[in-house]
Amino acid sequence: MINEESVFYSRVLTETTLTFHIIYATLGVGVPLMIMIAQWVGIKKNDEHYILLARRWTRGFVITVAVGVVTGTAIGLQLSLLWPNFMELAGHIIALPLFMETFAFFFEAIFLGIYLYTWDRFENQKKHLLLLVPVAIGASFSAVFITIVNSFMNSPQGFDLVDGKLTNVNPLLAMFNPAMPTKVTHVVVTAYMTAAFVLASIAAFRMLTGSKHVYHKKALFFTMKLGLIFSIATAVIGDFSGKFLAEYQPEKLAAAEWHFETHGEAPLIMWGMLDEKNDIKYAIQIPFALSILAHWLPGAVVTGLDQFPEDEIPPLYIHYLFDTMVTIGMGLVVLSLIYWIGVKRGWAFIHSKLFLGLSVLSGPLSLLAIEAGWWLAEVGRQPWILRGIMRTSEAATTNNQVDLMLMLFCGLYIILGIGTIVVMSRMFKRNPVEQELKDREMEKGGVQK
Amino acid sequence: MNLEIIGISVLWTFLFGYIMIGSIDFGASFFNAYSLIVEKQHILTKIIQRYLSPVWEVTNVFLVFFFVGIIGFFPKTAFYYGTTLLVPISIGVILLAVRGSYYAFETYGARGHKGYALLYGLSGLLLPASLSIVLTISEGGFITMENGAPVLNYWILFTEPLTWAVVLLSVTAVLYISATFLTWYANQAGDTEATRLMRKYALLWAFPLIITAAGIIVELRGHNPDHYEKLMNLWWMFALSFILFLLTVWFLWKKRNYGSAFILLVIQFALAFFGYGISHYPYLLYPHLTLYDSFTNNAMAISLIVAFILGFCLLVPSLYLLLKLFLFNKQYVSGK
Repeated sequence: MINEESVFYSRVLTETTLTFHIIYATLGVGVPLMIMIAQWVGIKKNDEHYILLARRWTRGFVITVAVGVVTGTAIGLQLSLLWPNFMELAGHIIALPLFMETFAFFFEAIFLGIYLYTWDRFENQKKHLLLLVPVAIGASFSAVFITIVNSFMNSPQGFDLVDGKLTNVNPLLAMFNPAMPTKVTHVVVTAYMTAAFVLASIAAFRMLTGSKHVYHKKALFFTMKLGLIFSIATAVIGDFSGKFLAEYQPEKLAAAEWHFETHGEAPLIMWGMLDEKNDIKYAIQIPFALSILAHWLPGAVVTGLDQFPEDEIPPLYIHYLFDTMVTIGMGLVVLSLIYWIGVKRGWAFIHSKLFLGLSVLSGPLSLLAIEAGWWLAEVGRQPWILRGIMRTSEAATTNNQVDLMLMLFCGLYIILGIGTIVVMSRMFKRNPVEQELKDREMEKGGVQK
Repeated sequence: MNLEIIGISVLWTFLFGYIMIGSIDFGASFFNAYSLIVEKQHILTKIIQRYLSPVWEVTNVFLVFFFVGIIGFFPKTAFYYGTTLLVPISIGVILLAVRGSYYAFETYGARGHKGYALLYGLSGLLLPASLSIVLTISEGGFITMENGAPVLNYWILFTEPLTWAVVLLSVTAVLYISATFLTWYANQAGDTEATRLMRKYALLWAFPLIITAAGIIVELRGHNPDHYEKLMNLWWMFALSFILFLLTVWFLWKKRNYGSAFILLVIQFALAFFGYGISHYPYLLYPHLTLYDSFTNNAMAISLIVAFILGFCLLVPSLYLLLKLFLFNKQYVSGK
């Protein structure tokens, strides 16, 4: 009954939709927190610039939210349209967090609407801040709940399968599965980190293109500092994720690290290439690091790919994804640390074109790391859709029109992507910060006189 | 009352919510586009945008809520409807995406592109059509089982008069609901010109609406006699609905009580929608799938209901706040 073509196109379409959605979703989770903090700092320091920062970010945020909402609706429906057999099974066990996610989303949508349209209705900036709290909470919690669903797919539990029939379903046990703590925290923190660096990129870009306004300097310092905090947190949680993998999904870790044979004192392999005989070339090996990553101890035995049947091993190219993610993550920790120390110590070169250029890259790079991380996590659990229980090929639809839908959706994403770029750049080019500050002063001046 | 009934009642209610606020949204965009063509845009655009801006995202959530909920309570629907509805629902999703994003692009980004506004308006009519296909399919006769998997027969679907009757009904209902709501809304804003225009549209669409609604009942008699019979057992609900319809039109005609007219309209549609839903019992997809053989396990059902109640405690006050700040706030409505 398995339809090979439909399986293939269903995977491609899901991957395309998620890859596109994740850009907007990550910003949707991270940016409201940044807006909230900026608004709070603005009130606390009584500094107009931070309030304006919050306002301008919000304006761009609305556009990303809109695209995030519609692509999120698309993936929500595609789950049932492309993976009907999976959803039928999963609906019995994991519907609860999916359902809760819609509530979080609802909550966020309501307050975002209120926040946007009460700009000038409340004199008191603190009321604005209060409206942002539910927006930020709703955004983060939708990420939490949806990641719980994904973590269940990686380490399913909370039910018994007896002769193909489900019994003893426990929705809470299914939610609090072993993958959940590391996955949820990693997703949420990397979203904050990415949002901070994307916003830092914008500030750095404006400074690079010649604006000398103190507003951009404040914005850059503010976002870099947040980026530093969240990127360190990301690295720490990433280490815990490695330990989770070693324990519960050793084949994913082994494939990501090209760890073919089970043994102790395992080295960590950075970069390199595989030849036809699966020999590793040009790689940097860090002795004992994999054992430490997996089990805390330099001498610990790490399970290799030799322990798994050949048709249960994920593709080996996920190593490159792992490298991309980790390298970018570490690079950004270093970049933001240098910037932070540089500001404190008054180093001149952090205002050089080269350093600003690197800062401009930080946003796109962290988005790339997000994508690489998700591809690693998702491709790394192939061939399973529910690890150890249901294969991806058994879950896909039997419908023959998936290829056509793939083309339609690709067209849609291209339009949405171009639309976002055009609208955003117009929005901010037509109304640069210098102009907006002047306008606001005029308004205030008019009132006071 | 058993858990299955609670589950479907909750979902049906949310679907009803979506149909009402979705209709306002779809219809509003159509009227907006239409006013562009006949150059009456200066009358309508402001009032429509003022309503839509803070709520368009919330409208979308009602739909998400329904489809997530139905998979949660009735996981087997994923297998039957998911496999067969790939094309119509995907088209619906693409239209929704174009709508949602362009609305945001237009409102917050660059204003005033005529082509987008027309596209946006057109999608407002195509969407209800593509989504209402689901209702037609649930009547049975369009899905055959091949090798244990359901397959949708498009030829039968598109040549069946019932399909087109449902499409027509959905389009006329969207225009009628939207026009009546906007009449009230414009009146609240004290905008006499917009009120006059919307009232005209509301009256214009009332007649086709009732014709198409009657048409469905006739078509159903031939297509699914079983369902028709159950529908007739609930004749009083439809009769009551019809009386309320006459009252709404009467108020509109007499140019008074626009608020009550809209409330009567909501009750009228609720009666018809729930009457239809009840008569569909116990089938989710005639004759393959009933409420009972698709229902989730007990533990999940109970936890979903608990989550629903807790979520509702959070939602109702927030929705109330939203309505109070925008819909029932005279200052906001009249643009101050």
